[in-house]
Amino acid sequence: MAVLGTDPNIAAPDDFYAALIALHRDLDDAQSALVNAKLILLLANHIGDADVLAAALAAAREDIVAPR
Amino acid sequence: MKTYTNPVYAYERSADQDAPPRRRPVVVVGAGPVGLAAAIDLAQRDIPVVVLDDDTTVSVGSRAICYAKRTLEILDRLGCGERVVQKGVEWKVGRVFVRDELAYRFDLLPEAGHRRPAFVNLQQYYLEEYLVERIADLPSATVRWQHKVVAVTPQDDGVVLRIETPDGDYWLTCDWLIVADGAKSTVRALLGLESEGQVFRDRFLIADIHMLSDFPAERWFWFDPPFHPNQSALLHRQADDVWRIDFQLGWDADPDEERKPERILPRLRAMLGPKAEFDIEWASVYTFQCRRLAKFRHGHVLFAGDAAHLVSPFGARGANSGIQDVDNLVWKLALVLDGAAPARLLDTYDAERIPATDENLLHSTRSTDFISPKSAISRTFRDAVLSLAKRHAFARRLVNSGRLSLPHHYADSPLLTPDADGTTFASALGAGAPAADAPVKGPGSDWFIDYLTSGFTLVAFGPSVPPAAAIALAQDTVPCRVVQVGAATGSDGIVLEDAAGLLRERYDGAPGTCYLFRPDQHVCARWRSFDSRAVRAAIARATAND
Repeated sequence: MAVLGTDPNIAAPDDFYAALIALHRDLDDAQSALVNAKLILLLANHIGDADVLAAALAAAREDIVAPR
Repeated sequence: MKTYTNPVYAYERSADQDAPPRRRPVVVVGAGPVGLAAAIDLAQRDIPVVVLDDDTTVSVGSRAICYAKRTLEILDRLGCGERVVQKGVEWKVGRVFVRDELAYRFDLLPEAGHRRPAFVNLQQYYLEEYLVERIADLPSATVRWQHKVVAVTPQDDGVVLRIETPDGDYWLTCDWLIVADGAKSTVRALLGLESEGQVFRDRFLIADIHMLSDFPAERWFWFDPPFHPNQSALLHRQADDVWRIDFQLGWDADPDEERKPERILPRLRAMLGPKAEFDIEWASVYTFQCRRLAKFRHGHVLFAGDAAHLVSPFGARGANSGIQDVDNLVWKLALVLDGAAPARLLDTYDAERIPATDENLLHSTRSTDFISPKSAISRTFRDAVLSLAKRHAFARRLVNSGRLSLPHHYADSPLLTPDADGTTFASALGAGAPAADAPVKGPGSDWFIDYLTSGFTLVAFGPSVPPAAAIALAQDTVPCRVVQVGAATGSDGIVLEDAAGLLRERYDGAPGTCYLFRPDQHVCARWRSFDSRAVRAAIARATAND
C-alpha cells in the first residue's frame, strides 16, 4: 500500500510557495477558488493511488472542526 | 398531443362487488410499468392476479423514456420486448458538451452479439399500452380501472383492502399485496410508512416536442450551453419524431410560470434555432428526490418501483429499477404460493433489491450533485472539472451527466452458491451476475438469453449431462431444465450451437462447465463439472429450502 509522503520533497520550497501565491495574483475570490480546485484535480490525477489520495484528504481535514 | 391519444379503459363492475368476494392470491396496486410487469409475470405462471388502478388510462405525457438492455430482456420474457424495440428508438452513444464544445462521447454497448441494444427510448404511455394489451391475452390477470384503494389492513396471513369505485366501495382480501402505485404511493401513505433520503433543491422543465429533424438518435447533454447559460440541458429522441428536452431551471424558478407555452417557446427557439419547426406535445416542471423505504417487504405487503424508492432521472434508473424489482420478486412469490418455498424466501427480496436500490441511489445522488451542486465549493469543483475536461482526458472521466442504468450484480445474496475453492473462471459472470447474451443456433430463438425462461435452467458446456439426471432434475419440486451447449448427444434437453463462439468466450465455457441460472436470468452457481447433488443443493439454497 502506497503511503502519503510528508517528508520534504520539493527542491526549492520558497520558490514553489511564491509561485503558488503568484498564481492567484489579480484574481477575485471566485476565480481563485476555481484555480485551486483545478490544481487539486490535476495533482490528484497525477497521484492516482486511492490510498494516498484518501490519506491526503484526511490530513487536509485534520484539526479542522466544522462550525455548528 | 398531436402524435398520441390516450386510450380510455372503462370502469367495469367486478363480481367481487356483488357476492362475498373471493380471497385473491395476489393483488397489485398500480397499473404502471412496474405493476403491469408484475401482473404479467404472475399470470404467465398461472397465478391469478388482480391489478387495481385509480385512473382510466396509461401515463399522461412521456415520463420514463429510456429502457435499458436488461429491462428489454425482461420485457422479452414477458412477451412485450419486440413491440417496444420495434416502436422505440435504439441508441447507445452519448455526447456531453461543455458550453458549445464536445467534452466527450461514450458508447454504452461497444461489443456485438447481444439481441438487445444498450437502450431503447420510448414514451411510457406506449410501454404501458403494450403491457395492458399483453395482460388481455392472459386469462389469469385482470386490470380493474377506477378501482381505488382507500384502506389497507395488514393481517398475519394477508391483507384486507377497501376499494372505492364509481359504484361504491367494496372489500377484497388477498394473500399478498404488491404495491406499485408510484412516487406518491397511496398505499405507502395509508400504512404510514415514510421513506428516507434527500430532496434536491432544483427544478427541471421537461418538454416533449414533435419535430422533423436529422439529429442522430443519441443522448446529448450540455453543461452551460450558449442557448441556456449557467444551467444544463438534455436531448433525447423518442418514437414518432418526438424529442424530449430537459432544461435545468434552478430552485428559484416558478413552476406554474415555467409550464406556460410563452415561457417554454423562447427556450426551445434559443436551442433549436429560428428556422426549426416544432410543436409542443407535453411539458412538465419537476423536482426530484433520492430516497427509499427502510425495507420493501412489510409482512404480506411488498413494495416495488417508485413506491419503494425514488431516484433522480439522470441515469434512467427509475422505471428500469422498478421492472428489475418485480423481476426479482415474482419468481420468489410464485414459489411461495405454490408451496415450493417458505415465505422467508421473500425476505431475500429485501436482501437483494435493497443493495440494488442503494447502488442506484448512489449513482443517482452523485450525478445530481454534479449537475445541481448543493454548495458554492461543490459548484467550484464541478466547474473546475468542466474547465479541465476540454484539454485533459482525466477530467472527462469525472464529468457526470448521469451514469446510465446497469443491472445489479447480487454479489452478497444469501441465495447464491459461490465458486468452489480453487475453481477459477476467466469470466466475470459469477453467482449473482445477470446473464450475458450471445448468438446461438437452437430449436427456437437465435439468442441465448431466450433459453433462460421462467424456471431454473442448467446450461452445460461440452460433455452431455446424463439423460436420466436431466430428466430427474426436470421432475423435482423446483424443476430445473437442462440446456446443452455443443454437439452433445444423449441428452433429452435442448441443444444449442454456440454460433459465434461468444457463449464459450463470455462464460469461459470449457468442456464440462455448468452454469445454473435462476428464473430471473441471474447466475445462481457455476461448476467445472456436472454434479446432480451440487445442482440440487444450489437450487435448495436459492429457494430458501436449505
